[in-house]
Amino acid sequence: MQNSGQRSRFLITTTCFGLAFLYIPMVLLIIYSFNYSKLVPVWGGWSIRWYKVLFESEDVWEAVALSLKVATVNACFATLLGTLAGLALVRFGSFKGRTLFTGMVTAPLVMPEVITGLSLLLLFITLKELIGWPDKRGFTTITIAHITFSMAYVAVIIQSRLAGMSQDLEEAAQDLGAKPFRVMTDITMPLIAPGMLAGWLLAFTLSLDDLIIATFVSGPGATTMPMLIYSRVRLGLRPDINALATIIIVVVAIGVILAGWIMFRQQKRRELELAMSSEEA
Amino acid sequence: MSNQANFVDRPWMDPEAKPFIRVQSLSKNFGPFTAVDSVDLEIYQGELFSLLGGSGCGKTTLLRMLAGFETPSSGTIYIDGVDMTNVPPYERPVNMMFQSYALFPHMTVENNVAYGLKRDGIDKGEIKRRVDEMLAMVELTQFSKRKPHQLSGGQKQRVALARSLVKQPKVLLLDEPLGALDKRLRENTQFELMNIQEKLGVTFVVVTHDQEEAMTLSTRIAMMEAGRFMQIGTPTEIYEFPESRLVANFIGSANMFEGRVTENGPDHIIVQSKEPECEFYIDHGFAIQEGTRVWTAIRPEKIRVSKTPPESAEPNQLKGTIDDIGYLGKLSTYRVRVGNDTIIEITSPNLSRPRDGSLVHDWEDEIYLSWDASSVVVLTK
Amino acid sequence: MIDTDEIGNPAADINSSLKKRLFHTLQHNWKSVVVFVPYFWLLLFFFAPFFIVLKISMAEPAIASPPFQPMTEWVDDGVVQIKLVFENFVYLWEDDLYFKTYINSIKISSISTLICLLIGYPMAYAIVRASHTYKHILLMLIILPFWTSFLLRVYAWMGLLADQGTINNVLIFLGLIDDPVRLLYTPFAVYVGIVYTYLPFMILPLYANMEKLDGSLREAAADLGAKPVTTFLTVTLPLTIPGIIAGSLLVFIPATGEFVIPDLLGGGNVLMIGRLLYNEFTANHDWPIASAVAIILLIVLVLPMMLYQHTQGKQVES
Repeated sequence: MQNSGQRSRFLITTTCFGLAFLYIPMVLLIIYSFNYSKLVPVWGGWSIRWYKVLFESEDVWEAVALSLKVATVNACFATLLGTLAGLALVRFGSFKGRTLFTGMVTAPLVMPEVITGLSLLLLFITLKELIGWPDKRGFTTITIAHITFSMAYVAVIIQSRLAGMSQDLEEAAQDLGAKPFRVMTDITMPLIAPGMLAGWLLAFTLSLDDLIIATFVSGPGATTMPMLIYSRVRLGLRPDINALATIIIVVVAIGVILAGWIMFRQQKRRELELAMSSEEA
Repeated sequence: MSNQANFVDRPWMDPEAKPFIRVQSLSKNFGPFTAVDSVDLEIYQGELFSLLGGSGCGKTTLLRMLAGFETPSSGTIYIDGVDMTNVPPYERPVNMMFQSYALFPHMTVENNVAYGLKRDGIDKGEIKRRVDEMLAMVELTQFSKRKPHQLSGGQKQRVALARSLVKQPKVLLLDEPLGALDKRLRENTQFELMNIQEKLGVTFVVVTHDQEEAMTLSTRIAMMEAGRFMQIGTPTEIYEFPESRLVANFIGSANMFEGRVTENGPDHIIVQSKEPECEFYIDHGFAIQEGTRVWTAIRPEKIRVSKTPPESAEPNQLKGTIDDIGYLGKLSTYRVRVGNDTIIEITSPNLSRPRDGSLVHDWEDEIYLSWDASSVVVLTK
Repeated sequence: MIDTDEIGNPAADINSSLKKRLFHTLQHNWKSVVVFVPYFWLLLFFFAPFFIVLKISMAEPAIASPPFQPMTEWVDDGVVQIKLVFENFVYLWEDDLYFKTYINSIKISSISTLICLLIGYPMAYAIVRASHTYKHILLMLIILPFWTSFLLRVYAWMGLLADQGTINNVLIFLGLIDDPVRLLYTPFAVYVGIVYTYLPFMILPLYANMEKLDGSLREAAADLGAKPVTTFLTVTLPLTIPGIIAGSLLVFIPATGEFVIPDLLGGGNVLMIGRLLYNEFTANHDWPIASAVAIILLIVLVLPMMLYQHTQGKQVES
């Protein structure tokens, strides 16, 4: 008994430290966004002037707009392609070229971004020489690059969701007369829909966050938000970036908490229904 | 001299009858492992046929081949005269009820039941009518708008049944249909299943590992072991006329004695066993040579127990001591030690009520066992 | 097979029968289509580019745009081609800087992986053992940083580690030091940055693995007389090895090629291969060398990558 008490104290302390480690930098980031002084770590009193500066910078908003556009298009295509890939890998058994396919779908997850970025840029240049497209690098090339690595993440999510789903349901549908394609649209897709949603969100976030690959494959005039932040930040600390960071953190926090709360409520409702029905019977 | 009336209930006896499901030399291998080993089977229309066996015997694989979810490695399957060996499940006139029920979680009870009909392209009004009819038959009309996770286990099972029957399939395959239910629900559902089957006249093929279930439900049982059929017959045939020790031991329990045939006549056999020392007189002929090693099997309920010694030493008698008693209310089970150290199991109905709380027989009592000549089964394997 | 209806308008009918046939083949071979679309995409945009990188790693740099000799010129001059094949790689081998950088990158990512494991393992374990409500909250807390911008979180550390940064301010305020300690633009900063960024990548696979473990195994061990520490070492730990491997690879492989963290937190002082590649590419405009660097990095990482795929494959199967 004493041992387990000691152990849980150890676990609790480590977890608290770990969480503190994770969050203190972000909290400080937020606090300093309200710092009057231009020198970030030097406290000069409370102020929201940097938010004003932020709102007035055109290039910031252009970069944000581009990033959002890329992220949205990327998320949609990545979800589509990733779902197809995940379905094929889990439900189609063995087919020609399956090993290569598996490798290509999993590799982007761990591949260093410098390699992906470099290789894609070289591809685009080669393509331009061979067929004349893409002649200007920017939105299109960034989006293509993002889709390529995002779909790997979606595929992993879909695969794990499918693997957890027993084949019973799909067999039952077949038994009742549904042809395989029908089974996919009637049964498989609706049931992996939450996974597809999670994949969409993940692809969206990854795209918004990407710096390296965008830097490699972008062209003049196409600056994404991370590219903008990076170019400003590498020379030193900037309070308007703190302001931007705060806004992003708050938006994400609201999103995550909302999602968590919705899922929690759904779970509670399910448990209630289960309890009710077993009482009735 | 054929009695036509008998064949209505026992179509497998009728030489004229054509089997509804015919399986020929059917095998299924998974790599080096043979799940189903070249089996032949004939199931007739209107039967409630059970595939019985322990886990890994191949019964589920066989069922899945009938449904179309596994492609046979070799052999053929005929359903209603048509070769269905390689026909996909969505084109067979066969429906299956899954052990897990496999209800579509994102559809209501109504839509679950209607799913198969919609795939057939039947018009909406007709679908509604048949779904309502089915839901009424399984008594789930007021739950039609609920989703599966809002139902209890028994209710889910009835939805699964309704869904598989609404298409009026010629054959219904059921995979351990009563496995997930508790005892009382199981008994009720057993009778419900039999009623529905009789009412609709559908041929049922049931996979189960529960021998009581198989005995209650079935017109005929096929006992499976290691991918082969051990015996196919009616419940009575399997219970009273097992063809091997395996079958005898699987259904109920049997007291087994090893011995030699000492006399073989046209209308009787005598088998002598050494441990316990006993002479068995069986009142029917058996094609077997004298001197062959055989086993005699006697079911526990066929042995009589008495405190009074017999008048004379005759075959089909044994003397023993009561080793253990189990009192189950309507019957008592006795474990009696005979010979050197053999234990015999006996069940006796408690026909009379004791005056006080005492038992009819007591531990360590000396007891005399006897049975009829017709109660002994001779087994060669 | 002439259908009398079709005789009327040949052009339109051919069109519609073509469509019908196309639709029919699509229905019949829909599985191939499902596989084909992502397959083709990946072949074109993921697989093929590596070959291009390989080709260019064997080219000679040129002051032109793009900054390497055009590929078409090679085909004629067979002799020159052979000489070019190895030149860049030989250069990498001979120049001390590159070798040191590769080794340093591996060293930094290995140590960071270990630190992530030491911190992340107890945290994952704590989450699994937490009560129902706490579990959800903790998971959310771990995932939230993951969803916020990685770049900005690294930037946050810049503010903490700078000479006039928060940590130094606190230490001076507490009287523990008189002058600011050099924290930013040191290897220490890079370690902190990598651990900070990749910690969720270690925790989540560990959590997923631990969550699936059967609690009754622990109870059985205790029932058989094992003290908690022994149970942990002999039962729990071995069973979590797949999670440890997955988490470690998810940290080690990308961290080796990290660019942003050594750049922003390490300044010019910490040699990591990702930065080197980037500099060769952008500052020196030496694409062939950059490509060669990428190829070598790929070769270095190929074994860990294959190991990762192997463990993931086993997980999906189970």
